[in-house]
Amino acid sequence: MSTPLSTPAATAPGTATATVKPAPWKDPAARPYVQIERVTKSFGEFKAVDDVSLKIYKGEIFCLLGASGCGKTTLLRMLGGFELPTSGRIFIDGEDMTGVPPYERPVNMMFQSYALFPHMTVEQNVAFGLKQDRVARSEITERVATMLDLVKLGSFARRKPHQLSGGQRQRVALARALVKRPKLLLLDEPLGALDKKLREHTQFELISLQDKLGVTFVVVTHDQEEAMTLASRIGVMNHGEIVQAGTPTEIYEFPSSKFVADFVGSVNIFEGKLIEDEPEYVRIASEEMGGTIYVSHGISAAPEAVVWAAVRPEKIFMSTAPPEGTDNVVRGAVQDIAYLGDLSIYLVRLPTGKVVRITQPNTSRHAEAITWDQQVYLSWDPSSPVVVTR
Amino acid sequence: MQRLGITGRGLVVMLPYCWLLLFFVVPFLIVLKISFADIDLAIPPYTPLIEWIGKNTLAIKVNFSNYAFLFTDSLYLNALLNSVKVAFVSTVFCLLIGYPMAYGIARAAPSTRNILLLLVILPFWTSLLLRVYAWIGLLKANGVINNVLMSLGIIHEPLTMLYTPFAMYVGIVYSYLPFMILPLYANLEKMDWQLLEAAEDLGCRPWQAFYKITLPLSRNGILAGSMLVFIPAVGEFVIPALLGGPNALMIGRILWDEFFSNRAWPVASAVAILLLIILVPFMMWYQSVQARESAGAK
Repeated sequence: MSTPLSTPAATAPGTATATVKPAPWKDPAARPYVQIERVTKSFGEFKAVDDVSLKIYKGEIFCLLGASGCGKTTLLRMLGGFELPTSGRIFIDGEDMTGVPPYERPVNMMFQSYALFPHMTVEQNVAFGLKQDRVARSEITERVATMLDLVKLGSFARRKPHQLSGGQRQRVALARALVKRPKLLLLDEPLGALDKKLREHTQFELISLQDKLGVTFVVVTHDQEEAMTLASRIGVMNHGEIVQAGTPTEIYEFPSSKFVADFVGSVNIFEGKLIEDEPEYVRIASEEMGGTIYVSHGISAAPEAVVWAAVRPEKIFMSTAPPEGTDNVVRGAVQDIAYLGDLSIYLVRLPTGKVVRITQPNTSRHAEAITWDQQVYLSWDPSSPVVVTR
Repeated sequence: MQRLGITGRGLVVMLPYCWLLLFFVVPFLIVLKISFADIDLAIPPYTPLIEWIGKNTLAIKVNFSNYAFLFTDSLYLNALLNSVKVAFVSTVFCLLIGYPMAYGIARAAPSTRNILLLLVILPFWTSLLLRVYAWIGLLKANGVINNVLMSLGIIHEPLTMLYTPFAMYVGIVYSYLPFMILPLYANLEKMDWQLLEAAEDLGCRPWQAFYKITLPLSRNGILAGSMLVFIPAVGEFVIPALLGGPNALMIGRILWDEFFSNRAWPVASAVAILLLIILVPFMMWYQSVQARESAGAK
């Protein structure tokens, strides 16, 4: 994972100026559109979702990100009404959804398997929900046609699902869920079944569609790149809990724990002990790294506490000549190089045995090559490490 | 083998065809032949189709009067219509009972599913005749059901159940139920239950989701099961004879009577051929359903 691709919405909090309205999640007066209040879901002894509270605002694309079995799908299914919370409550647009069955919720879901009705044409699939709501026939025809044009399937209206490609099916599923103009659209791994190229393309289509329709999206995914691209905010889940919620930039640059730092993107984590703890800076002695780490911001931790400094691979500089200073510098031997075209990944083995991952963009076509077994110096800016205490 | 142009695969396909030729086509042709013969007091009790008259003349005597007779005597047509009616009603009952069972099995946990399926198949391990006799024991005037109901004080004199149409339907529905359940189960088991969630998500109440999604998608299973019950039930002989009493006028019984009581082999053969002609369209329909089913599975 290199620098994350950002959506316009995602960059908004970072670039906010006086003229731009603050992001709703930064605004204490903003009313949440979806409110999840201390929701727990147990299956016997196992807590699939454990005391989760979340506020999602109108027009957001909120991504629930986590490994399989972390409870993200269960949480999504509770929003859709397919599972009932063991305890806690869910509000959508101010209305308590406890005990409201799926067919009465102002919510639609796009299933991971798409769940298109095989005995109906594309048109009938999309019209299904509107017919169910007894919308006038002329209006159904019009809305279905508009929606099919929007997902570029106008000419496929009379095909059956099995006559479509994976990408087309995905768009039928999306159209079917969106045509009812839900207050909230739930997407379960929306791009999971598509190949990589198509997935990237569809990600941006999904964002522009959401922008056009203004529907609030809650997306479940295990793919961090997908989450980074789509989301206005990401909720990282682990063992049924939300371990951190924030914009993609916050999650990537300011992870709150080792787990988040490690789960989102790749990272080098050095365990160490706080030796200097000042409001403006901290210094950490790390045996694992074999040196000291100087961080140009204060942290809140007990003195002498064991902490972890996380440094992203792209924020480490590599040089053959020794850099200035003694902090944030370490020497090692290049163990492996992976050339990926746009960038290269270097694995450098430190004398302590720790292997550090570095990514460097290949800015020049004839770069001075660093080769295997070469001794190199690694260094980073004091602002680069993130210090976490858990 | 190769030199003879017979491959292993050809041999494998050929064997069942030889079997069918020997034990289905040949007997069928014999029955067809007898249906065009005339009754005769001989062994076998019918006239030959091909006969030498004089030295050099070979006469083929085709007698259509048996078929004509079937349409002049209302007994045969009534029996035929009654058989179709009984088979149809039995099929409907099998469907009404079998569908929920198949649905329940298909939605049960995989471990319970096998036990439930076994329970459906289990009766096949006993002879049909035994099971039908068991029903006599249950239904007769001083049988199990009457005794239990009387001892509970629900009824005061035994109900007449045996030798009534009711007993016959019970017997047929009971015997053919597995033929309904198994194809239905095979169909429902392939169903993607997430479709029902999708339907509910789009505004269907559970029963609407069943009616609009499950039912149309299990259509082929319903047709297959219905044909498997209907086709053999039309010609059913044993169950009406044992449970249905003297008034159960079924074509299978007429056949039996013509063959063995009246020794009217030609008429009996004509009845058999007529029955076959009526059932062929249903069988062809069933075949096309099966073909569609296996094409859809791909």
